[in-house]
Amino acid sequence: MSTFYFIAFLSIFFSILVISAKSPVHSILYLILTFFTFTIHYILMNAQFLAIVNFIVYMGAILVLFLYTLMLINLNKDSEPVKPFMVKLAAVFGAGILMVALVSSLKLSGASAPVVLTNPNLGLVKNLGKVLFNEFLLPFEVSSVLLLSAMVGAVLLATKDPKEPKATI
Amino acid sequence: MESLSNKKKVLEVKPLNFWERAYLPAIAKGLSITMGHFFKKPVTIQYPEQKREFSENYRGLHSLKRDENGKERCTACGLCALSCPAEAITMTAAERQKGEEHLYREEKYAAVYEINMLRCIFCGLCEEACPKEAIYLDGDIVQSDYLRKDFIYGKDKLVEAPLNQ
Amino acid sequence: MELAEIGIKFALVAIIFGISLVVAMYSTYAERKIAAFFQDRVGPNRAGPFGILQPLADGAKMFLKEEIIPTNATPFLFIVGPSLAILTACIASAVIPWGQNVVIAGKTIPLQVTDINVGILYIFGVVSLGVYGVMIGGWASNNKYSLLGAIRAASQNISYEISMGLSIIALLLVTGTLSLGEIAQQQHGWHWNVIYQPVGFILFLICAFAETNRTPFDLPECETELVGGYHTEYSSMKLGFYLFAEYINMFISSAVMVTLYWGSYNYPGMDFMNELLGTTWGPLFGFAVMFFKVLLFIFFFMWVRWTIPRFRYDQLMDLGWKVLIPLAIANIVVTAVVITFLK
Repeated sequence: MSTFYFIAFLSIFFSILVISAKSPVHSILYLILTFFTFTIHYILMNAQFLAIVNFIVYMGAILVLFLYTLMLINLNKDSEPVKPFMVKLAAVFGAGILMVALVSSLKLSGASAPVVLTNPNLGLVKNLGKVLFNEFLLPFEVSSVLLLSAMVGAVLLATKDPKEPKATI
Repeated sequence: MESLSNKKKVLEVKPLNFWERAYLPAIAKGLSITMGHFFKKPVTIQYPEQKREFSENYRGLHSLKRDENGKERCTACGLCALSCPAEAITMTAAERQKGEEHLYREEKYAAVYEINMLRCIFCGLCEEACPKEAIYLDGDIVQSDYLRKDFIYGKDKLVEAPLNQ
Repeated sequence: MELAEIGIKFALVAIIFGISLVVAMYSTYAERKIAAFFQDRVGPNRAGPFGILQPLADGAKMFLKEEIIPTNATPFLFIVGPSLAILTACIASAVIPWGQNVVIAGKTIPLQVTDINVGILYIFGVVSLGVYGVMIGGWASNNKYSLLGAIRAASQNISYEISMGLSIIALLLVTGTLSLGEIAQQQHGWHWNVIYQPVGFILFLICAFAETNRTPFDLPECETELVGGYHTEYSSMKLGFYLFAEYINMFISSAVMVTLYWGSYNYPGMDFMNELLGTTWGPLFGFAVMFFKVLLFIFFFMWVRWTIPRFRYDQLMDLGWKVLIPLAIANIVVTAVVITFLK
């Protein structure tokens, strides 16, 4: 249990650093660390497959792409938009109200029942595969359609309109 | 335009066929070529131990020659220094004393004869200018060194070894 | 876990670590020597007999060189880059099965540090993490060439990871398990996966070349365009770490290829040899066989390096996205169809 609290503390610590870091590249690096702590959380929950997939997909691919794009844009202090004081104040006020609302609603709803796994080895590849392809086959396949539509959309966005004149470099 | 030499060849650029586009056969071919070289004898000449033969007219380190009796041929006329385009040669002449006839052929000889090997361009003009056939560029490659002053070669390094030793 | 068991694990980790470092060290020597042989030359032969002390001399040189951190670099990340590169290179070897269980003095010792049941995915994850070392180092150098090298490394690794993963999926259809230990056992007696998955193997091989940044895919560090790529600003042992990480990666990816496709520690006549040599020396002989196969792959890596010129960047991307990924998907479909009809 103490491991959990330690890792949980680290995740929160790093996520705070993500939003407070000055340089965007540093904030991405903290985000990587945050995701790494999530991976450890999954391992603690005996969800090996999910842990590794989180590792490969989020840390290994998505955040690499984030970092990639951030490296390409020149984010200097000069180009950083300076927000007026009133906007900042409004943002703080709004966020505070949101937090109050969340806390009060959580208090009202009462303690949620802890999730009890019927099968502690559900996270292993074989069991997870069986569950996904038997009980949850339809949602699983629907989500793949969602991914396909996203892919087609990306291709459509990337292809140039042939009627448009070519951009001169 | 009409070709002047009539040597112009129009090359036909054919589209690659499937095997050429697959690229793997070409890689296999390339790999076999390199593997053929893997077992060939190396062509390296390992320099300080093995030396490659110089050509006949190779111009290397200068040597000041002696005649058939072992006397130095140089008479310090200064023609080599005059002809030298890089001004690498300096010398000081001296008169031959009594009892030195077996050392120097002429009455005048070079007491100091220095060539700056950093200036020398090994053109061989000193060799051509010498009326006494005293200097030839028939030596080896000039050795490397650490200090500039060590590249000024005096008579101790230039004069040919005595005959009967 | 008993204390003795932990001790054995530690010893195994230390041995594997040591072996991969020594192999990486001598890979630098082998690279130069093999390059020389391919080009009809002699290669390094001055330090010791046949130059075998050359890696030590190189290492000493690396340590004694001046350490330079550029003024405008980000110092912490500048140090993190090479550390991360060598860390990810080293931890990948944890799940590779190096041999059958060895019995020494009545104790059964598995020659695999840990047999987690998602072994392949673990290696895959560590490899995908490896690009961070390059990216962080390249960005922290605050140099255009380094940044371009880092960006190239990132896009190249991501592009080729996809086809690598897809080629592994086809392999998983055949093996039915993600554990490397089980995959190695299944290949006993000529059931080498390369026979069932030749296309998958070639895809994996090409992707391995791209993932380890070896020629013909060494665009992140190509001298003609980018000076030194991501390690332009690095000197001393930090540079050494980057170069070292490349060779360790090569060793690990060779080991993975041998494990996944080329029968791991299995060899023809294995049962006979195991009976002849007993339970201690038999598995160790298997380890030697595996090691030999790995060395052959390392040789192949070098052979290709001195044969094939570098790809152009657009050709690299075309190959990755338009050729390898469709091929890998077709491979999965064909494999799946064949398996459904045969079983």
